[in-house]
Amino acid sequence: MNIQTVNTVEALLFGAGRPLRLSEIRGLLESDGVIAELSDIKKCINELEHRYEASSLEIIEVASGFRLQIKQSYSAPITHLWNERTPRISKALMETISIIAYKQPVTRGDIEDIRGVSVSTQSVRSLLERNWIKVTGFKDAPGRPALYSTTKEFLDDLNLKNISSLPELPEIDEDSDTQVLSEVV
Amino acid sequence: MQNTTQTQLEFPMVMGQPYETLPEDLFIPPNALELCLETFSGPMDLLLYLIKKENINILELDVSNITDQYIEYIDLMDALQFELAAEYLVMAATLAEIKSRMMLPREIHDDEEEDPKSALIKRLQEYQRYKLASEKLALLPRVDRDFYTASAALPEIKIEKKEIFITKEELASIFYEIKSRPDLKLSHQIDFEELSTQERIQIIMEILAKRNVVSFSKTLRKAEGRHGVVVTFLASLELAKDGHVELIQNKTDEIFLKSLRGA
Repeated sequence: MNIQTVNTVEALLFGAGRPLRLSEIRGLLESDGVIAELSDIKKCINELEHRYEASSLEIIEVASGFRLQIKQSYSAPITHLWNERTPRISKALMETISIIAYKQPVTRGDIEDIRGVSVSTQSVRSLLERNWIKVTGFKDAPGRPALYSTTKEFLDDLNLKNISSLPELPEIDEDSDTQVLSEVV
Repeated sequence: MQNTTQTQLEFPMVMGQPYETLPEDLFIPPNALELCLETFSGPMDLLLYLIKKENINILELDVSNITDQYIEYIDLMDALQFELAAEYLVMAATLAEIKSRMMLPREIHDDEEEDPKSALIKRLQEYQRYKLASEKLALLPRVDRDFYTASAALPEIKIEKKEIFITKEELASIFYEIKSRPDLKLSHQIDFEELSTQERIQIIMEILAKRNVVSFSKTLRKAEGRHGVVVTFLASLELAKDGHVELIQNKTDEIFLKSLRGA
């Protein structure tokens, strides 16, 4: 690939500070008068990956596209820099987002059924504010409760490409007893 | 560098002997307990903790024993004026119900009602799945906690503004030109509905009179194009609303219309 195009792709990734799709990059190049195929842009990214090998940077593909990141091995010093920026996520909130992630779309009632506690408006709001979940519809049930699903940002923030790259949901109790029980039934 | 080596947990020495187990009558300061109780995300979490502490399988749940322990915790929480969520009490009631049922002689098995104990076990198992998943999820690398994105400051961006040069004479002539354009606009003509929803309902009902289920695409006629799809869709919605058919959609995109007359 021509070095100018590779550098332009690099500049775009640096300037965006968020994931960019290949098609998005193609559009941006096009408005700059450079016509490139998606495969060419992928080649540019590969070229950059190669360039970054000996640096603290890397390019990662997440749900919303390609993103420039700092290699995780260099996280520690930055943690001190941004110490106060990361709000902790409570155990309860983690359970709520997990249920949404694995069972989506779900209503608040569905989450409450599993967790056995009422889900506070506050916790749903904090997930909405984080852009981790969104309302994707309303259940055809009395009161028409909102159905929640996870967003691309949620996957981006966990360095994931798609929902199927989440760790597998554990099966009901792996103990042999369960198997015996199911064999009997 | 704070590269401390992990120190072995040291047992306290009492009279020259290591003290390996906690004494039974160890006094736990109330505040510590309160802190510990706050870490439970709900009654299910507390219950799972108690089960785990007993080192038993959920399926072997000894309700009687667990109920006593659970209620002990609840009492403690209450005594500490810990603001108790209603759900904890609901769970206590459920446990007490199961326990009391087990004490009573067994009645003739009632199939209608699910055994509350197995229902509770099922709920616990289901909860445990998501609890484990949430623990895994919490360990995944997370942005701004475990890794950081990179960006660079933007260079100065020049946006060229093109100025428009136009004289007032030009402006005036453009205005007159627009004014003098012939009025070529036609009033919008509305065509009569070529395909009637009512008629389509008839057709669908006729199909369903012969067979019970039909796929949505089978009720279409290719020649009618998009309008045909819309009319047919409206007709099926109308039928569903009036309770004549049930609309079913499996994992595929296909919708099935099922006649409800026989039901």
